[in-house]
Amino acid sequence: MNRNKIILKRFLLNKGSAIGGIFLIVIIIGAVFAPVIAPYNWNAVDTGPRLSPPSLSYLFGTDIHGRDVFSRIVYGARYSLSVGVISVLFGIIAGSTFGITIAYIGGRVDIIGSRIIDVMFGFPSFLLSLLVVAIIGVGLWNVVFAVGLASIPHFARIIRSAALQVKEQPYIEAGINLGFGNLRIMFGHILPNIFPIIIVIATMDLGGAIISIASLSFLGLGAQPPEPEWGAMLSSGREYMRYAPWTMIYPGLFLFLTVMSVNLLGDRLSQALDARQSINRGKA
Amino acid sequence: MNFFIKKLIIVIPTLYIAWTVVFVTLNIIPGDPVNLMLGGRPASEEVRENVRKNLGLDKPVAERYVSFLINATKGDLGKSYLTRQPVTKMIKENMMPTIQLSIGGLIFGVFFGVFFGIIAGTKPNSMRDTFAMVIALCGISLPSFWIGMMLIFIFGTTLGWVPIVGEGFVSLILPSISVGLFFAGGMARLTRSSLVDVLNQDYIRTAKSKGLSTYNIILKHSLRNAMIPPVTLLGIQFGLLITGAVITEEVFARPGLGQLLLQAILAKDIPLVQALVVYMTAVYIFLNLIVDFTYGIIDPRIRLERKSA
Repeated sequence: MNRNKIILKRFLLNKGSAIGGIFLIVIIIGAVFAPVIAPYNWNAVDTGPRLSPPSLSYLFGTDIHGRDVFSRIVYGARYSLSVGVISVLFGIIAGSTFGITIAYIGGRVDIIGSRIIDVMFGFPSFLLSLLVVAIIGVGLWNVVFAVGLASIPHFARIIRSAALQVKEQPYIEAGINLGFGNLRIMFGHILPNIFPIIIVIATMDLGGAIISIASLSFLGLGAQPPEPEWGAMLSSGREYMRYAPWTMIYPGLFLFLTVMSVNLLGDRLSQALDARQSINRGKA
Repeated sequence: MNFFIKKLIIVIPTLYIAWTVVFVTLNIIPGDPVNLMLGGRPASEEVRENVRKNLGLDKPVAERYVSFLINATKGDLGKSYLTRQPVTKMIKENMMPTIQLSIGGLIFGVFFGVFFGIIAGTKPNSMRDTFAMVIALCGISLPSFWIGMMLIFIFGTTLGWVPIVGEGFVSLILPSISVGLFFAGGMARLTRSSLVDVLNQDYIRTAKSKGLSTYNIILKHSLRNAMIPPVTLLGIQFGLLITGAVITEEVFARPGLGQLLLQAILAKDIPLVQALVVYMTAVYIFLNLIVDFTYGIIDPRIRLERKSA
């Protein structure tokens, strides 16, 4: 426990994780208290002159319908971060279940399961997401599902190999000898032991998931107007780039900073995990 | 068994299963393709039946599946519902711009990735390491469609340095940057960590104590050894070029396979989607195969291992 505390302290005191963490907290607060923070309703048209440049009353200007860009970005934070988290959660839960199961059962199941993962890797993940959207249709939640689905092979592969290592540990054998059920061993004993790895790869994938979902929305396959999802905002802002660049600059900037913060946290988490492993080996 | 033959044998079932998945999933799409062909015009049952026959939809799924596989290996992937052209012809016509864009993105990504990786990796934990890694972090965090628009806005619209539309080398610069940026970021991070690892090896210490120049040590002794993980990344990231093609072609209004795929998906033009996915997975798997082979060229140890295996 003490070791974990050292690592946690290291992680929290790190400059990178501090910057990323603070920005994300700001974004989350913005998303939660959007009605209080946003000066206008996200969908209120003609709050001011159309396409008016940033000013004190319209911090990031207004769009073609006279909607306040800042308010829309604040409300949009509700979408971008949460849809990313949901899609990663979906991918990681499915991937962990699959990876742990095939690793634990082993033998032929493991061989066939690994082959399935290999074949899914034959599809580039964005192509897989596009294919899924082609089948189930356009819409924000369909895109969230598609991106999550496309991430399963990646998660399953890493978690399978982690589970394989844990499976060989003496305490798992002890559990088997004590007559524990398979489910109890898989999810009560193997899962907690690889949980740190799961957290790290989930965080490291979150940034990519947010970008993928925003990209698909930008292409018109995800969130539909007038929803203030950042990717969809960029898609409509693009048409007025020449006359009103602020409708394009600010949503993208927030998307970029959010993804960068998530990536920073993921990096530092994985470094902390590496540090834990070296402490365990008695190195650091 | 020979390593290359082994690898080639794995490719065939992978492609077969991938194509089957494509066929099955695309044939369970709700909606009648006949409606699409007729473009919403009302038609008598007789006409609909004719269209169905023309598309080969009157045959049972199993038969369609078998002929799809046979024709696919022959390079015949059917006709587009919308344009009624052979899809292979449409793919051929749109291939060149995408290949150019991919090569452009790849060159940008590898060059800047390795460059920043060397800057950071040769002096870990220094100021210049932090600087290079912050840039790399930006690279992997920038949404490519946004950076594409920003590049158009800054260098095209505002400064007027680069033409936004048009053909030729100059108009390829901005799209290549927006495709290659993510790639460059990942490449820089991996090159750095790999280089830091290699520089701590005994043979580098030996080289140093022999009095070799830093330049010599980095370029001849370290870089080659450090390039294995980045080359692997290259293989994995080929998929990114497809992502890049779809998004960047849309942002820069360039013709290409990405645009074709996007339009096919939006129009539910099943044969075209099917053909593009078949084609892209084949290219993707084939390129990864090439990457597998290059390991042996970069690292003789792997070549020897393969021979003895």
